[in-house]
Amino acid sequence: MIEIEGVSLSHRGTPILHEVSLALPKGELTALIGPNGAGKSSLLSVVARLQPLQSGSVAVDGLPVDRTPSRELARMLTIMRQDTGFAGRLTVRELVGFGRFPHSRGRLTDEDRERIDEALALFDLTALAGRDLGTLSGGQRQRAFVAMAFCQGTDYLLLDEPLNNLDMMYARQMMRLLRKVVDRRGRTVVIVLHDINYAAAYADRIVAMKDGRIVAHGPPNDVLTVGRLEQLYGYRMQVHRIDGRTMIRHHD
Amino acid sequence: MNAAERRVWFAAGLALLCAATFMTLGLRGNFAFVLELRAVKLLALVQVAVAVAVSTVLLQTVTGNRILTPSIMGLDALYLLGQTVMVFLLGGLGFASVDPRMKFLCALLAMVGVAAAVFLPILRRQVPLFRMLLTGALLGILFRSLTSLVGRLIDPNDFAVLQGSGYANFSAVRGDLLALGLVLTAAGAAVAWRLRHVLDVVALGPAAAIALGIDWRRTVTGILTLVVTLVAVSTALVGPVVFLGLLVVALAERMTGTQRHAVLLPASALIAVAVLVGGQTVLQHGFGGAGTLGVIVEFVGGTLFLFLLATERGR
Repeated sequence: MIEIEGVSLSHRGTPILHEVSLALPKGELTALIGPNGAGKSSLLSVVARLQPLQSGSVAVDGLPVDRTPSRELARMLTIMRQDTGFAGRLTVRELVGFGRFPHSRGRLTDEDRERIDEALALFDLTALAGRDLGTLSGGQRQRAFVAMAFCQGTDYLLLDEPLNNLDMMYARQMMRLLRKVVDRRGRTVVIVLHDINYAAAYADRIVAMKDGRIVAHGPPNDVLTVGRLEQLYGYRMQVHRIDGRTMIRHHD
Repeated sequence: MNAAERRVWFAAGLALLCAATFMTLGLRGNFAFVLELRAVKLLALVQVAVAVAVSTVLLQTVTGNRILTPSIMGLDALYLLGQTVMVFLLGGLGFASVDPRMKFLCALLAMVGVAAAVFLPILRRQVPLFRMLLTGALLGILFRSLTSLVGRLIDPNDFAVLQGSGYANFSAVRGDLLALGLVLTAAGAAVAWRLRHVLDVVALGPAAAIALGIDWRRTVTGILTLVVTLVAVSTALVGPVVFLGLLVVALAERMTGTQRHAVLLPASALIAVAVLVGGQTVLQHGFGGAGTLGVIVEFVGGTLFLFLLATERGR
């Protein structure tokens, strides 16, 4: 369970998060949605201790993130950010292998190698394992970074726009994989999404944010309504029900 | 993996060959005397090589780019400033009469302090390369200007004590700091080696490193202290060397084809030994000591720096 209590954040006087309080139960796939600048990435950063906590508190499984040793947290929770700009001379296998660092401190054991192979296979990267990151396409690199986060084996996986750069086939595959990770392995995934239809199709719960506040929070069908979406994005969308699923037509 | 490790052994062989040639080429007269003289010099060169290579790798890793060196960031200028300020405070005679190890440690402490105050805020977040270069260049200019300002304020006789310390000189290493330098270099290299896996993670940048459980602020502070110490050692022994580190790290990286620190650290250090000791041997025996190794290394390294700056777009 991730418990966020009264978290506020400002950057050089500009407020980014206002008194955000939120509880995310274990074993669910939560999608964070909202317009650009809503504070979604900032909220993830605060939870993952990438940003220092200015006010309020964040606890993961009861452990406060600002006072728990970083090493201990790294075995419980990880984050993948959109601005992982590192290219350098690193193969896909080496990158994914870094996910094992919190467990083996760089000396890979046989179990680590098994986990790396598993992550590579799961994210369809086995054929690319020996390639340099610099030679990959944006989407392939994106998958490698998500595979690394998965390989860390944490109960909590925070992913900031993991569908960036992915084509429809891989975006669908990624969401199905994350769904599987939640359903079969009981892991908790919190994901920032821009395409609300993916949120509608795969998320257990949706948290809608705007201007640093949480506007709505609940199961997809409750959050994705015409009124809410207009409040969030500032224009009317058509919300359809097709075969019991919510589909949002957000373009003309 | 094996190919990279084989190349490290190759670099080790090369370094050893250079050292052996340096020790034995053109031996004449009193063997024991000449060998001792050469051994002391070799020890100093090896120290400088290791200190420069390791400090450059560490700084490049923590700043997240491969074209910085501690000198470009003005760290050695800081050492010279400390020395000059001490002459200013103590006078030439007073300065000359203080134990050089004492002076070195004082300058080192001052450096660590100033570096922590100036560079830590920059390094807490990874700043874009060009801003980092600009900041470093400006700080270097600031420290050098302060050095020359203080240099003008002191008595010309006192200034003579300082003269020459502003240029790299590999032929006349200062022997009085050899033992202290040896301890510091060995300790620094050992710490860097122990940190090699952590350094691999640090190279991924702050966000990824924190996610993998690195205490970023503490780690960066520790690495920076290590860099400053090693720069102080090499500057104290031979004076400022700007581009040697850049040259050897770039060579090591291209030779081994990896950025893993378990390979990069020893490879850079060994190549640095080969370049310095081999270069010194060639200049001494091939050109009768006519050339200055410092100038040649800086010329080649500086050219490489410009080349890397031109080809490494957007990083």
